[in-house]
Order: sequence, then C-alpha cells, then structure tokens
Amino acid sequence: MANCILEAKSISKYFYDPVKFKVLTDISFRVNKGEFVSVTGKSGCGKSTLLYILSTMDTDYEGDLLIDEETMRGKKEAQLARIRNEKIGFVFQFHYLLNEFTVLKNVMLPGLKLNRLSAAEVEHKAMEKLKMLGIEHLAGKNANLISGGEKQRVAIARAMINEPHIIMGDEPTGNLDMKNAEIVFDIFKKLAEEYDQTLLIVTHDLDFAKRTHRIIELEDGKLV
Amino acid sequence: MNLKLITDIARSLLLARWKQTLVAAIGVTFSITMFIALLGFMNGLNDLLDGLVLNRTPHIRLYNEVKPNDHQPVNQYKDFRSSYNFIRSVKAGANRQELYNSSAILATLGKDERVLGYAPKITSQVFFNAGTNDITGVINGIDVEEEIRLFHFKDYVTSGEAIDINRTSNSIILGKGLAEKLLANLGDVVQLTTAGGERFPLKVVGYYQSGIADYDKVQSFASVKTVQKIMGKPGNYITDIQVKLKDMSKAPAMAKEYSNLFQCDAEDIQTANAQYETGSFVRTLISYAVGITLLIVAGFGIFNILNMMIFEKMDSIAILKATGFSGRDVKWIFLIIAMGIGFLGGIAGLVFGYLLSLIIDQVPFTTSALPTVKTYPVNYSPVFYLIGATFSLITTYFAGWFPARKASKIDPVVIIRGK
Repeated sequence: MANCILEAKSISKYFYDPVKFKVLTDISFRVNKGEFVSVTGKSGCGKSTLLYILSTMDTDYEGDLLIDEETMRGKKEAQLARIRNEKIGFVFQFHYLLNEFTVLKNVMLPGLKLNRLSAAEVEHKAMEKLKMLGIEHLAGKNANLISGGEKQRVAIARAMINEPHIIMGDEPTGNLDMKNAEIVFDIFKKLAEEYDQTLLIVTHDLDFAKRTHRIIELEDGKLV
Repeated sequence: MNLKLITDIARSLLLARWKQTLVAAIGVTFSITMFIALLGFMNGLNDLLDGLVLNRTPHIRLYNEVKPNDHQPVNQYKDFRSSYNFIRSVKAGANRQELYNSSAILATLGKDERVLGYAPKITSQVFFNAGTNDITGVINGIDVEEEIRLFHFKDYVTSGEAIDINRTSNSIILGKGLAEKLLANLGDVVQLTTAGGERFPLKVVGYYQSGIADYDKVQSFASVKTVQKIMGKPGNYITDIQVKLKDMSKAPAMAKEYSNLFQCDAEDIQTANAQYETGSFVRTLISYAVGITLLIVAGFGIFNILNMMIFEKMDSIAILKATGFSGRDVKWIFLIIAMGIGFLGGIAGLVFGYLLSLIIDQVPFTTSALPTVKTYPVNYSPVFYLIGATFSLITTYFAGWFPARKASKIDPVVIIRGK
C-alpha cells in the first residue's frame, strides 16, 4: 500500500516490575498518510504503552516498528532523537511547555533543534502555526501565563513546527473541559482533512474516537 | 549539535532561576577571591622572608676556610700510601684567610658571561670599646656601591646614607643592636681594637638593620680601604668575594668550578640556605591546599544546585527529549549551566581577589625586624590568577558533569507516564 507512514509488526511488550507481565501481544497495524486514527481501550489496556513504543521513546519491545518504511530496530538514542525531531510531533495529556520561554520560543524550539531553516524562518513558521490555531496574540507571553486550553493549542503548534509525518497524541483532551476539548478536536479534524496531516491519537473518550476516521481498539494488550 | 540553541536554552534556565544561580556563583566567587588573596598574601610573605636572607646572600661565596690540610704528610709518604692512616689531633696549619691572587680572580669573574656582578669583602673580628667593656663584633670591609647594586645594602641602612662610608674617611655603619650597646649616635666616634691589638677611632655614619637581631648585635660595615688600613694590610687583601649570577640555579656547579680554578673554598646559595626553600615550599603547598579545598567546596554547592534544578526540570527535560533533543544535547545544556556559573563566578572572584589583595597591601605592618616593610606584602603574580581561573572551570565542569549525566539518562516515558 502506498504512503505507509507507520507500521507496527507484531509488537509485544513485557513489564518486569513487580512480576513479568505481558502488556502488549502481537500488535500489527499500519497507518497511512492523511489518516486520522484513534487508539482506544479501557484504562490499563496498554494503549499509552503502545504509543510510547510507536513514538520511539520506549525501545524495550519485541517485534518491529517502521516509520516512513524505515526500521527503528537497532538505532542509537541520538538517531531516534533525530527521527522524533524530524518526523513525529507530540501532544500529551499535560501540555509540557517550558515555562522559562515565551509561547513563540516554545513552538520554535524543535524547529531550531532541527536546524534546517534559519532562526528567522523558523520564527515566521511558528507564527503561521499559531495563527492557524488562532492564538497568535499569545506569541509574546510567557508559557506559564496562559490558560490550559491555550497551552494545549500551543503544544499542537509545537508538534507541527517541523511538518512531521505524523502527530501523536496521548489523551490530548484528557485534561481539558468540554469546550476546550471540542476546540482541540476540531483542530485535529481540520489538520487531517484540510492539511492532509496524519494523526494517531490515544484516547479513552469514545465520543472522541467515534469521530475519527479509524478506531484501533485494544483490549488486554491485544487488537480487537 | 546546535551549540547556539543549547547555550540559549542553558541561559534561559539559568536566568529563570537567577537566585539559585547567584548563590552558586557567589560560592565560586568567594572561593576564587580567597584563593587569590591567600596565595598572593602567602607568596608576598614568602618573597619577603626569602628576600630577608636570599637578597643579601651571594649566589657563590669565595673564601678560605680555616681547616686542616687535606693532604697530610703521612699520606704522601710512599711507605704508607697504601695503608689507612689514623692521625689524632690534626690542627689547621698557618694558612691565611686571604684569597690568593685576588686581583686575578676579580679580573676572571669580570670576564665571565654568567656573572651578574661581584663584590669583594673583608671580614674581621674586632672589639668595640664601650667604657671599660670590650664588645666583640665583626667589621666588614665592603665595596658599598656594588653591595647596593647586588645585595640591596641600602634597604638595610635605616639611618644615615650607605654611600657615606665611601665619602667620609674612617667611617663606619653599625648594626642597630651594636649601636644600642655602644650608645653610639650618628656622628659619634667609636673606638675599636683589632685582633692585633691596635686601636682605631671610627665615625658612625649610619645604622644597619637586617631584621635578624643577633646579626645586628655584632655586625658593622666600613669601606674595603678602611678595613685594610685598620688591619694593616695591603690594597689587594681580600678575604671574601661575593658573586651574584644571572641564573641562580647554576650556582652549585659553578661553585665547584671556581673552587678548582681559584684553589679556594666556594659555597653556593643552595647549600648555604637550603632550609629557606623548604620553608617557602611548605607554605606555598599549604596555601594551594586551602585554596583548592575552597574551590572543591564551591563545586559541591554547584553540584547540589544543579541536582535540585534537574529534579525541578524533569518535565522540561522529558519534553526536550520527546521533541528530538538527544541525551547528549541535554547533558550539554546542564554542563553549560555549570560552566556558566563557574565562569561568571570565577571572573568575579578574580576581580574581588585582586581588590582584596590591594586592601591587604594597604594594611600597615611595621616590625622592627623588617625595616623596609611598611604594609603587608602581596605578590600579584598572574600565575595565581591563571590557576584560579582554570580551577574554577575544572571544578564546575566536574560538579556539573554528574548531574548533567543524570539528566541525559532521564527516560521521558517514565516522566510523562507518571503524570
């Protein structure tokens, strides 16, 4: 199939503490370009664990993971960091903005790290992203002075700064009230439909999941 | 690795916690300040004490020791040449204290490239007459101009002019202690008796104070000519030649060479004053040890503050890693924070250290033992500043290295899942 962004090949994962326990069993699926996929399941079924494996941050698993048709097995920490920087954008349940920086700088950081564009170009792009999300008026503010909903939108802008192949979200609306959750969902939807952005969102919110293109449901570490 | 970005992040983290940063930097500043002041003061004192002896000690002294002849007749006799001869009660023969052929020796020294200068000298035991008492003393006939140039003689003449012993005939400079015993004021005439029993009146033109009281109680100085006249000796009579070299470390080898060449005894400064170098060395060692201890303590301060900062910034580190910063980048961020503290604190420390040295240099310090010193001595050698700067960077590097490594090993999954 063309344009396969992410492919999981029979991924299994164990937890060893306190006893050996199989969290994920033989998970295989693929995500294609432009898809808006949600991963759901009950709390503790391993959906977050799966996301961290897919995000390359967790390297302790069996099976194989391909991003952009390139295997992630046996890559060094620095190489994985580079792939995360270039190809993956993250939105977490908690916003994780750096309080020492302004909103604009927070968005720019991954772009500056990638070092493909000049600082001025990265700044221009960051402003574009903020505008797209309707929060350009916050650019000069310190990250700890804006509201929770705004923070999450800043986090989305940060995820998009390097034009990633895929944006991954771990309960991105979990900490937000209904209204802000709705705004964030609409942003994701818009990204998927208007900008052809691939999204993989972990959520336990079934309403949220139902409105995505595809649902991957996990139960006791297995695909349903 | 994008150094500019890393530095930028490090700077922002530093400024966000500027109070902690300041405390850590003050720790470094304090230790570098004390390091500089301590070493400057200690070495100033060392230089002073060494100078007390070394400045006026010739690098090589040529003289004739009163001692038994090495070549006893029994050893020369052919029947006993192969046996080991015990000789009891050997006495020194009638050898003279005079340096033989002194004018030729002086001419040779004058041509030697390694020699900075030389000063001939006559030393003789005399008695000073104070009323009915005879006080034993030593009179030194000196070439006063050369003594001033080579051995800082002028610094030790506390009253009167050193050069006056050349200008005024039959004049003498008395040791301070000796003058007090004789109750001799400047301009007074003192009587002295030579070992041969002749009496001479000499006019007091100055006091000499070396800082070593026992020495000042017996020493006196007159021109070479005056002493030759008192002793009834001719114009080429000299008992000592003091040589100052361009390079002091060559003294032991050159002393041997001169001893063979001139057929006299030659003593080098290293043999004569070994204990002074030992003293200086130990004092310097102690001050370095204290200074470096201060720096290490400051290093632990930085270590603590960075550790705390890393605990506080776990989330930030996790997100930096999640968005593509590698462990190495994170490690460098914290190393740069540590070294930034070390650098700023170190620079301030060097400045304050210099200022503190200046203050110490102004503190009055008068002691009768050291006539030329009015304030505490301080050495401003740039070497201490260099060592201080280097050590501030090295200690902060190591203080930062362990926390930075810890930060680089943080697993973002653990942090993010924990929420």
